[in-house]
Amino acid sequence: MGEGKDLRDSSPTVYQALRQRGVSRRDFMKFCSLMAATLALPASFAPKIAEALEKAKRPSLVWLEFQDCCGNTESFLRASNPTVVDIVLDVLSVDYHETIMAPAGKDAEKSLQDVVKNQKGKYICVVEGAIPTRDGGVYCCVGGRAAIDIAKEVCGNSLATIAMGACAWDGGIPSANPNPTGAVGVKDVISGVPIINLPGCPANVVNLTGTVVHYLTFGSLPLTDNNGAPLFGYGTRIHDACQRRAHYDAGRYVRQWGDEGHRNGWCLYYMGCKGPETYKNCPTAQWNDRTSWPVGAGHNCIGCASPKFWDTMTPFYSRLAAIPGFGVESTADKVGLGLAIATAAGVTAHAIARAGRKHIRHEDEEKTAKTEGK
Amino acid sequence: MAEAAEVRRRIYVWEFPVRLSHWVNVMAITVLSVTGLYIGTPFLYPVSDQSFTMGWMRFLHLTAGYAFLMMIALRVYWSFAGNKYSNWRVFVPRSKSQVQDLKEVTNYYLFKRSTPPYDEGHTACAAFAYFLLFLIFLFQIVSGFALFNNDSHTAVHFILGGWLANLMNIKTIRFWHHMLMYPIWAFVIVHIYLSLLMDSSGKNGLLGSIFGGYKFMAGRG
Ligand code: HEM
Ligand code: HEM
Ligand code: SF4
Repeated sequence: MGEGKDLRDSSPTVYQALRQRGVSRRDFMKFCSLMAATLALPASFAPKIAEALEKAKRPSLVWLEFQDCCGNTESFLRASNPTVVDIVLDVLSVDYHETIMAPAGKDAEKSLQDVVKNQKGKYICVVEGAIPTRDGGVYCCVGGRAAIDIAKEVCGNSLATIAMGACAWDGGIPSANPNPTGAVGVKDVISGVPIINLPGCPANVVNLTGTVVHYLTFGSLPLTDNNGAPLFGYGTRIHDACQRRAHYDAGRYVRQWGDEGHRNGWCLYYMGCKGPETYKNCPTAQWNDRTSWPVGAGHNCIGCASPKFWDTMTPFYSRLAAIPGFGVESTADKVGLGLAIATAAGVTAHAIARAGRKHIRHEDEEKTAKTEGK
Repeated sequence: MAEAAEVRRRIYVWEFPVRLSHWVNVMAITVLSVTGLYIGTPFLYPVSDQSFTMGWMRFLHLTAGYAFLMMIALRVYWSFAGNKYSNWRVFVPRSKSQVQDLKEVTNYYLFKRSTPPYDEGHTACAAFAYFLLFLIFLFQIVSGFALFNNDSHTAVHFILGGWLANLMNIKTIRFWHHMLMYPIWAFVIVHIYLSLLMDSSGKNGLLGSIFGGYKFMAGRG
């Protein structure tokens, strides 16, 4: 569509690129249906998406890695069905990606510079990893330049920047308390360009592709929530779409790893599941080409798509936080019960003391009475 | 003095809204504590395929929570509309006589005087404890609705408590919502003990007053 066209005039359209790579029409249509489902559109939108992708030019995309573990890249590349990886890579023209590109060293940096220079305001920038700000940003440098400087230049000249994963979104794990490098998310240092956040550790590649396909189809970025995350991917609560939910309501819980409840696929709430306060499409989009997802595989949700999840969602295996400064053994309940028992003991002591006093006072009064009598 | 003590004055201290909110709150807090503990640590095991244990616990917690909210709202209204004993002014000791009363009651509790001072309404000490308790109640309501805002994203639930999630993260809210249940328990233990104590030593029908509304005051002394 309109915007898609002027992105890169000499390149083939998305559909042409896919056909050149040997992706069949059938697989292409399947992909379009998947995208319609991901974007929470009715199935009737699949042909519209197909139509748009047939005409749209592949947007150039550069992928920056800062303070990260490469997990989003892994997630990006690890779809079990190779066709989907092909499609994803072919919908996007990935011109710079430190982990997967062929050039290295100066040549690599040159291809980044070329994109920034020649396609100013037309390319999409994906950022993976947090950006350290302390001490002039020295804690993460690529090719001798601080991450924060690279981000300002590359994100600042992009058409739109997509912060992929928890770290790029709000600083994630590098920014966890005590945040020694002053790590922050992209939104904290970049302004003036649209930023789409894809929280999660890692973010789901389906949501990245969905964001781009939304742009190619409708010519606009998807609607976002107050975290700047697309509503199609982050608008529903894990707990509300979870396949174990019926067990939750019924009160059937896994109480120990490997117990009968665990083998029966019961709810992981008791084990510390953070699904009740986490918003992401994991239960429906799933992972690895819709094979499974953490809760489906028998592990509780750790709330990785929540703000500052390393600080706010730990302990991962308990619903209730430990009391700061006390040992792990001193749970809130022990301290609370201790308070109640101490109070009861105090009250009992008062009652006993009062009974004793009464007795003494009584004797005193008798004595006084006697002396006065004398 | 001795003659005056014989004459009892019947005073209507606790009007109906005060007694209603007291007893509904007692029931609500009992339900909230039991169901809340279950929500935090589901201690019951499923009995049949038809169980809906967590569903019911949450339903009861929420229902009791709403009843609690209504009763607190009623009591706040009554602290402006009700009689002088239930007025908001009594809850924080500011005037000279309130501070004096606070001292005297404390002295009585510490065995420094043998009879409790004369109080038609709450003693300054009790009133202040109720004020602190009220602050805990407010937090429980706001934090409870903040937790519930994850289940129900409505404007009403946002106003009732959802906004708290902008100031504290959910983990901290849940921790304090859980933790502050225990000071309430501690209050109740002391409260029941002192009600019995003051009833027997004050001989003013204190215990009956929270049921029937009337106290039977002996002469000032
Ligand atoms: C969950 C348990 C309870 C809570 C939270 C509670 C709380 C309160 C509060 C806030 C007041 C002040 C009333 C007002 O001005 O609105 C009060 C008064 C009173 N309550 Fe309770 N109460 C509880 C249980 C009980 C029980 C079981 C008894 C009976 C043994 C009792 C006896 C009284 C009496 C006699 C008063 C009037 C005392 C005074 O003048 O200070 N309460 N209670
Ligand atoms: C005296 C007042 C209250 C007490 C003692 C109380 C107690 C508790 C406790 C112990 C928990 C378990 C927390 C945990 O460990 O996860 C809980 C959870 C909860 N409470 Fe209350 N509560 C009170 C009032 C309220 C009110 C007024 C509401 C509002 C409707 C409310 C809503 C909730 C909700 C929604 C949860 C579930 C939290 C979650 O899903 O993690 N509570 N409450
Ligand atoms: S496993 Fe987690 S997300 Fe699923 S129903 Fe249980 S608590 Fe909710």
